[in-house]
Amino acid sequence: MNAIITPLKTAAELALIQQFIAQKAKLSGDAATHAMREDAFAAFQALGLPNKRVEHWHYTDLRKEMRFIQPLADLPTQAQIIEAKAALAHYEGVSLVLLNGAFVPELSNIADLPQGVIFTSMADVLGGSRPDLLQHLGALDVAKGDHALCLNAAFMRDGVVLELADNSQIDTPIALISLCSKGLNVSSSARSLVVVGAGAKLTVIEIHEGGAECDAQVNDAVEFVLGADSKVEHIVRQDMAKRTLYLATVTANLGPKAEFNSFALVQGGGFSRRQLYVQYSGEGAVAGLRGVTMLKGTQFADTTLIMDHAKANGISRELFKHVVDGDATGVYQGKVIVRQHAQKTDGGMKSNTLLLSDTATMNNKPELEIFADDVVCGHGATVGALDDELLFYLMARGLPKPEAERLMIQAFLGEAIEFVEHEPMRDALNAEVDAWLSER
Amino acid sequence: MLEIKNLHVAIEDGSKKILNGLNLTVHKGEVAAIMGPNGSGKSTLSYVIAGKPDYEVLDGEILLDGVNILKMEANERAAAGVFLAFQYPIEIPGVATMTFLKAALNAQRKQRGEDVFTTPEFMKRTFSAADKLQINRDMLKRALNVGFSGGEKKRMEILQMALLEPRICILDETDSGLDIDALRIVSEGVNALRSPDRGFLVITHYQRLLNHIVPDVVHVMNAGRIVKSGGKELALELEANGYRDYQAAA
Repeated sequence: MNAIITPLKTAAELALIQQFIAQKAKLSGDAATHAMREDAFAAFQALGLPNKRVEHWHYTDLRKEMRFIQPLADLPTQAQIIEAKAALAHYEGVSLVLLNGAFVPELSNIADLPQGVIFTSMADVLGGSRPDLLQHLGALDVAKGDHALCLNAAFMRDGVVLELADNSQIDTPIALISLCSKGLNVSSSARSLVVVGAGAKLTVIEIHEGGAECDAQVNDAVEFVLGADSKVEHIVRQDMAKRTLYLATVTANLGPKAEFNSFALVQGGGFSRRQLYVQYSGEGAVAGLRGVTMLKGTQFADTTLIMDHAKANGISRELFKHVVDGDATGVYQGKVIVRQHAQKTDGGMKSNTLLLSDTATMNNKPELEIFADDVVCGHGATVGALDDELLFYLMARGLPKPEAERLMIQAFLGEAIEFVEHEPMRDALNAEVDAWLSER
Repeated sequence: MLEIKNLHVAIEDGSKKILNGLNLTVHKGEVAAIMGPNGSGKSTLSYVIAGKPDYEVLDGEILLDGVNILKMEANERAAAGVFLAFQYPIEIPGVATMTFLKAALNAQRKQRGEDVFTTPEFMKRTFSAADKLQINRDMLKRALNVGFSGGEKKRMEILQMALLEPRICILDETDSGLDIDALRIVSEGVNALRSPDRGFLVITHYQRLLNHIVPDVVHVMNAGRIVKSGGKELALELEANGYRDYQAAA
């Protein structure tokens, strides 16, 4: 006799089930979208919220952290849009704005989009306007069955969809700005998609802000599909309010000789996780994933990535710098998979952490899974305090201790930031670091 | 200007005593050389003057222009005019040399209550000093000491010395790792900074450096003390006979 053991569901898991059943008819989308939602939710329901027993979530116990479920965000009100407008006042350039997970045309300047870039709202795609685009959602093999991505697919409302015609060279960066309204206890799941034609080039900036004075729950995803010989620079700034529970997933499907560089500056959120899945679907593709995480107080931030070298001659580089102060906790998990036929893969992964207090914590888990026999792959993870020799050198030149420490931390983080090619953004990221350090 | 009186120093955990009642005076305008065998405490002396926290001063005092600097932090000593040219200059990835130089210079000026230099003023001074040391503009843009050759690192130390205009310059084995040309450039840089108001303490193993930077006085150090002082000819004598005589004396 076989006994089927069904683990007990937590209150949050039960609430998610109830929410899906109650809301699914009201969620946007045609029949195909609804079928996708059902499948995704069924997959999630089978998995439950991820917890320590799930290898991939070993250090990040979402089941324990997520004690309740916020209601799904409604479409933004006029008052919320006006409030968001004020928050956007200091942004220049082409921006597409999501507010509480919904695309807001009046906050965006679609008319300024450079020629060669086609914009569609994800709500339209989900509604059936472009089945050819819908098929890209959740299509990446390596990301299939991901808890956060399944939940996002079940509840996704809207997002930004960008298409780049073959050979379009877009120099103007396009900003996707995701805002959460102040004091609004809701959950939101935006899903965006960027499809880049062969030989095309684009810079995408993602900014995540807001959610002050509430316990917002955000579960966003952005998927990139890169055609042959295309190049994308992706720069992310996550500065959510300190109580936000924030999940973000990025997937990238790389065509032959495509190049994908993704950089993230993470300093916000109370409990956050950023996941990256990169799949080498063509030979000779290059990906560079880099980032800076600055944590203080009781913040928790996880960066988890999987690089799946499925084809030969791929190059992957990861460089993540973490600065952890106060009672904060950082997590880095990086896995590089080299499949049997992915010969001549060149992979290098580094995660370096500076702990600025005795009570700060960092968990590092770099992994290599190599099935090919002709590859060069390496990884390194370091955790340490500020170097005393360096500190003395700087002080001996006249820098007071706090200033010397600040310079050392800037230098430490600068090694990752310098990979950002877009210069104004690189300057802006350095300025963010300065601001964070001067508040220390 | 620099007076060291009865200095006793141990490694921070107290396990090993390195300086044993050292007495030394460097007068204004004087170039004093310190020579001594490995382990005699020469580098420790330079670190203790500069304020490295790994040492415990058990007794004695270090006076700069009559003021005891032992209670000061390293940066306060620097602002007061102490400069240590490191034997092994530290690499600082991610900090452009110019950024570092400006931060150091202005930090010292701020501590002394002086106006900070504007960027154009600073650039003018830096480029002029760099040209004299054959340091090109490209090096100034690169991260401090990263990928620099041994000679470049030492020249960079002398550039810092020139910009910071210290009262007392301590050169810790500045000649180590230098080829003949680099030795000449570095020595010329040092000689250009000699002035009636500035003292130099030149720590070296070899007489070679002292052919280029000619000392007014040579001190021999052994077992944490000065065991003999003399004129520049003392360096030649050491080169010929080694430290044997002084080690026995200690």
